[in-house]
Amino acid sequence: MTEALAPPPQTQPAADKTSLITGSEAIAVACKLADVDVITAYPIRPYDTVMQYVAKLVANGELDCEYIVAESEHSQFEIVKHASAVGARVFCGSSGVGWMYAFEALTVTPALRIPMVAMVGNRALDDPGAFGVEHNDALAVRDLGWQLVWVDNAQEALDTALIAYRVAEDRRIFLPCAISCDGAFLTHSQALVKVPSQEKVKAFLPRYDRGDLLLHPDNPITVAPQANEDWLMEIRRQTAAAMERSSSVIREAYADFERIFGRSYGNPFFEEYQTDDADVVLVGMGTLSTPVKVAIRQMRQEGKKVGFVRVRWFRPFAAQELAATLGRFKAVGVIDRDFSLGAPYHSGVLATEVRAAMYPAASRPPILGFICGLGGREVTVPDVKKMTDSVYLAAEGKTQPGTKWIGLRE
Amino acid sequence: MGRLFAVEIVYRGIFQKQLATKISRAIVLAAHEEGKPGISFGRYGDSPERNGIPAKNFAIVATDDLTLEEGMAKYEPKEVDISIVVDDTLFKGVESWAWYGLQPINRLTKPGGTLIVTSHHDAETLIPMAHRKETPYQLAIVKGKPSFSGLWVYKDDHTDVRILGTMAKVLPELFSLASVQQVIRTEWNDELKATSAKRAYERATSVTVQPTEGNPEKPFEFQMPKWTEMREGIAIPGIPRGHEMKDPTTGKTGGYQPERNPTFKKFTTRTMRPVVDFDTCIKCTLCWLHCPDSVFDVTPDGLYDANMEACCGCGVCEAVCPVAKCVTMVNETQFANNDSQWEAWRENKEGYKSWVKEKIADPPERSHGFRFRGQYQEEVPEMLKIAKEG
Repeated sequence: MTEALAPPPQTQPAADKTSLITGSEAIAVACKLADVDVITAYPIRPYDTVMQYVAKLVANGELDCEYIVAESEHSQFEIVKHASAVGARVFCGSSGVGWMYAFEALTVTPALRIPMVAMVGNRALDDPGAFGVEHNDALAVRDLGWQLVWVDNAQEALDTALIAYRVAEDRRIFLPCAISCDGAFLTHSQALVKVPSQEKVKAFLPRYDRGDLLLHPDNPITVAPQANEDWLMEIRRQTAAAMERSSSVIREAYADFERIFGRSYGNPFFEEYQTDDADVVLVGMGTLSTPVKVAIRQMRQEGKKVGFVRVRWFRPFAAQELAATLGRFKAVGVIDRDFSLGAPYHSGVLATEVRAAMYPAASRPPILGFICGLGGREVTVPDVKKMTDSVYLAAEGKTQPGTKWIGLRE
Repeated sequence: MGRLFAVEIVYRGIFQKQLATKISRAIVLAAHEEGKPGISFGRYGDSPERNGIPAKNFAIVATDDLTLEEGMAKYEPKEVDISIVVDDTLFKGVESWAWYGLQPINRLTKPGGTLIVTSHHDAETLIPMAHRKETPYQLAIVKGKPSFSGLWVYKDDHTDVRILGTMAKVLPELFSLASVQQVIRTEWNDELKATSAKRAYERATSVTVQPTEGNPEKPFEFQMPKWTEMREGIAIPGIPRGHEMKDPTTGKTGGYQPERNPTFKKFTTRTMRPVVDFDTCIKCTLCWLHCPDSVFDVTPDGLYDANMEACCGCGVCEAVCPVAKCVTMVNETQFANNDSQWEAWRENKEGYKSWVKEKIADPPERSHGFRFRGQYQEEVPEMLKIAKEG
């Protein structure tokens, strides 16, 4: 009896496999592909779907990692913070008030230069205990050194998770990255996703090397000692410098992603939809892109030249580039799936940031803010048309730029 | 612009925190009796709740509001009219908690300003302990021990008002004796304290300290790194492994001396230090084991040498030592340097024996801690007697 010969070495990487999976499952698959070492979990809807999928992967022997169910979100994020400090690739996540409960851990993570990747299943903050999407949870860390990215479909969730590891673990950066996935619309909807081969991911994502910051007996260091005003500004400046470097590292990562996976996202920071000849544009983040795009197609049949800019990376914020783009239009309407009570012009967070980005721009069209789709309420096609009508009025100088609540019973 | 007055009160946490607060409050209130506005505050970067840690309070007073604002535009004053020191061991300098380097005790004292200290020692003993200053300054001694009387559980020994009375004498432009007595009556409702202030006022004298007098050493300091020079991630290098020691007489190597933090020294956090009698040491290791700061260097001959770069003077070594008078805590004012005791013993055993005998001859002074229960209660009458009789 002759022994079976070993199969010849594979020269071509395995083809992408198409799977019907949710946005959460896509993130779990990315964890598997990234060969994550330590994952912590604590249930809260909609993030809990990720931990369920990860648990399944571990149980099925598809993913070899430490899977720790913590006793709270605070511990959940603390555990991965420490695991990352000793050189483990980590994944964590939460939603709504769970994310808020972890807030102390979230604040210390960037300054310690921990390249944690987290998924935020965007959920309204309590009270009331709504499950649906609002972006206030993830946005709460916007000042702290977290890189924040919003995705609008399961494929992008998977791809962005891989990109997030690549960027966060880059030695020039070492900052955490949170991927925001709209609760329900993305986390709980199954879509066809191309799952890349392990070989491609290996080619794209180098090993996490913590270098001189590795907490290890062979590299004796003390991390996070007490320091007062004579050290703190220097520490903050270092973290700020890392965030300043982030944009170019993101750009590199997307270019490599396209080269290796053959899938392009164009401008990494924001997606432009039918903007080439647009008179006015809407700006937004996340899954509201679907009704907006459909409404734009319908409105264009009515002769209205409307475009859409979907912001992906909120931190770092591509201010100059976005300002140059938005300056091309006659008016801009920013749709916020969040609120920032008492903010300038009572706008949401995104509108306020867009206005700030536009201020030094040569061309500054009127900017309207819209608060829409809170707590998981749908942003409907008629809602989008209504917002567009207001933007047109602003373009014609017939309305004062301000903030409107859309889809509200009144 | 009117005139600005600044006073610092240098004290040790935690036992003197309230004492310092009382003094700086009373300064502002006394000046306010004369229509001057003022502000009293503790340096926020200090940790006055920690036992023995040098800390500071400030009283800033001006002849008008705008001048006060000018003064407060720099939160911590760059120079003061009066430096008050309520623990004479602080004459060796101040290393605040998380505040790096050794600051001479007279660093902020203005040229011609006054340093007021509570001490049983005379000027001849105190002046060499302080670093030299380029300009002359005055030294006024308020006779007494490091007071704990600000702490509410202990009885009052009038240290606060005696200092205030002395201030009225050395800087009458800040406030008069009458003003401070008025504040004492209002704040403490205690005529005896008002009398103590008056006595201190009457007795107060000062001597001029010349630039040629004092400790000529350059105080320990280091350069703070730029943000681009610091390791990222709030990570600092660990302390490397230690090394063997060398016997200064035989050249023999052995034992173990740990490496220590190169920038954070503990020269002034202690009010006492252990004096070790190497001739009676039985090498039991207990001092080395129990020391919370890894102070003891293990010598090639297996003895334990207390290293003064690391000792904060807690006295645990004395408490655990099973041999009578082998480790004895002695007041810091008794020492002129931080040299190795073991090296001195190796070089001249007879000389060292008499040195030890001399150092431990007198029962050590009270420090930031008590040597036995009830010691403070015993000492209050003594302090009050000093307040009354001088």
